Amino acid sequence: MYVSPIREPLVKGNKTYSQITQDIAAPIEGKPGKAWYMGLTISLSAMFFGLAMMGWTVWEGIGTWGLNRTIGWGWGITNFVWWVGIGHAGTFISAILLLFRQKWRTSINRSAEAMTIFAVMCAGLFPLIHMGRPLLAFFVFPYPNTRDLWVNFNSPLLWDVFAISTYLLVSLLFWYMGLIPDIGTMRDRVTSKAKKAIYGLLSFGWTGSVKHWQRHEKLSLILAGLAAPLVLSVHSIVSSDFATAIIPGWHTTIFPPYFVAGAIFSGFAMVLTLLIVTRKALNLENYITLAHIESMNKIIIATGSIVGIAYLTELFIAWYSGVEYEQYAFLNRATGPYWWAYAIMMTCNVISPQLLWFRKLRRNLLFTFILSIFINIGMWFERFVIIVTSLHRDYLPSSWSMYAPTLVEVGIFIGTLGLFFSCFLLFIRFFPVIAIAEVKTVLKSSGEKETKNESL
Amino acid sequence: MKRYISAYFTDEENLLRASKTLMEKNISILDVLTPFPVHGLDKVLGLKESNLPTVGFIAGGIGTLLAFGFQTWAFVIDYPLFIGGKPHFSVPAFIPITFEVTVLFAAIAMVFAFLFRSKLGLGAKNKIHDERITDDRFLIIIDAEKEESQFDEVKAILEQESAHDIQLKENN
Repeated sequence: MYVSPIREPLVKGNKTYSQITQDIAAPIEGKPGKAWYMGLTISLSAMFFGLAMMGWTVWEGIGTWGLNRTIGWGWGITNFVWWVGIGHAGTFISAILLLFRQKWRTSINRSAEAMTIFAVMCAGLFPLIHMGRPLLAFFVFPYPNTRDLWVNFNSPLLWDVFAISTYLLVSLLFWYMGLIPDIGTMRDRVTSKAKKAIYGLLSFGWTGSVKHWQRHEKLSLILAGLAAPLVLSVHSIVSSDFATAIIPGWHTTIFPPYFVAGAIFSGFAMVLTLLIVTRKALNLENYITLAHIESMNKIIIATGSIVGIAYLTELFIAWYSGVEYEQYAFLNRATGPYWWAYAIMMTCNVISPQLLWFRKLRRNLLFTFILSIFINIGMWFERFVIIVTSLHRDYLPSSWSMYAPTLVEVGIFIGTLGLFFSCFLLFIRFFPVIAIAEVKTVLKSSGEKETKNESL
Repeated sequence: MKRYISAYFTDEENLLRASKTLMEKNISILDVLTPFPVHGLDKVLGLKESNLPTVGFIAGGIGTLLAFGFQTWAFVIDYPLFIGGKPHFSVPAFIPITFEVTVLFAAIAMVFAFLFRSKLGLGAKNKIHDERITDDRFLIIIDAEKEESQFDEVKAILEQESAHDIQLKENN
């Protein structure tokens, strides 16, 4: 096996196969610390607060939100797009990087995929609640009904229904199929009878037979091949929700690629936010190394720059189109009453990631962590800017209006954050956060162990 | 009663070499259990390529036809509606859903085909030979029905590749 003399090892600390198993299983076998309980308590409280606000919305009606006749989409859709975008990094890591044979993905794909699933779950809640009557949500599916009507197949909002549900299901299958061998490992490690039974059930009877592995590899490869265009399609479709409308500021053909780049950008920021804490808390620094963080930072600077170019292109095209409504929409975005949101977006998404050109900063954990939070905030504001500034001053100046969220809307957003972090905390407690079997496959080709042996 | 020889390796390269030698000597290997996919092992053992891609292709094809056909039928034949003056048979607008359903069908079909063919699933009761094989041991199981007289030969090959715990076992 060829070993690069320049690249850093993917697994540090001269691990053996058995040590890899031990290190990754340790957080599940040990007792969680105080920090974990505290985190879970806070997350669950946030989640229940959100649930109460959702309940209030459904009970009292959508009038509890700060929306009005001019601004029909506010925090709800902003959050929806934000969460879907965050999910994209997981699929990017597990599918696109697999197709490109990027071995460093093996240490981070499991947790990133889990993040995808939780983020898409949070995203899906928003359109559901936004309907006002979520009990009638099944109306969006084309089922034979007494009204003899079908759903509108020409509408991107319906494409969204198919895209998001397919995305959630395929991500879930992809993630769980990858988990089966590692749950098998857990089954063989745990000693308590009850745990053995549960992991045994969840491991689907995994034996590690060569034929099973052969099929498993094939399955992962083809699922990756399917998930790669899927992830690109999902955010393209989400962007079509806006791009097919004739609202100035939305009606642009640049939206699909611009949204996809933004989604991967924000997703990687969230992966970094989670993993920088997780690797420390679970003592996984030898597996999620500084080299991994640096690789992710490189993707952040690439996608962040694409996003920056997209912002500038939008401005240029608005001016170049000669359409006064389009020109006004962008002028209003940058200098109107929501200028502060536009400024936050520009600072967080365009200027701050450019600092990553410095290698020192790319490898600085504290800086990366703070930057990732900045990007999360910036990307949230990007969606807010696109939605609210485009809507609040429409073609008819007499109906111009302003928008501010109510406690209910803020509460629902906090609730989804709670749901997301609760799910993630439970996940790192009960499942291996790193794909054990996959890391073992890269140990010899890119771990420290073999490199050392060969130099002897 | 079935007799087999089982042996453990601690390194996949020894396992690969041993499997190769055994296959060359026409000794039948019943199964190899490994903690992670060992690349090239399936070729050494002469396993057939998996048919999962075909399953995915066919199921995906069904999804494509079903989604596109249904949208066309609903909007052109069953209940033609005028939406923004667009044609009833608006192919580009049908593509996103067609694509999503294709992916969905292919993915679900492949996962179920994989589980079904490998006899894996909730409550599957597969024999777990050794708990170490999901950790760091590579277990090779060799058919000993015919090769009983060859036990020493097999043992020699295995020992040469530093296998340990070479045992002749019976299983009912």
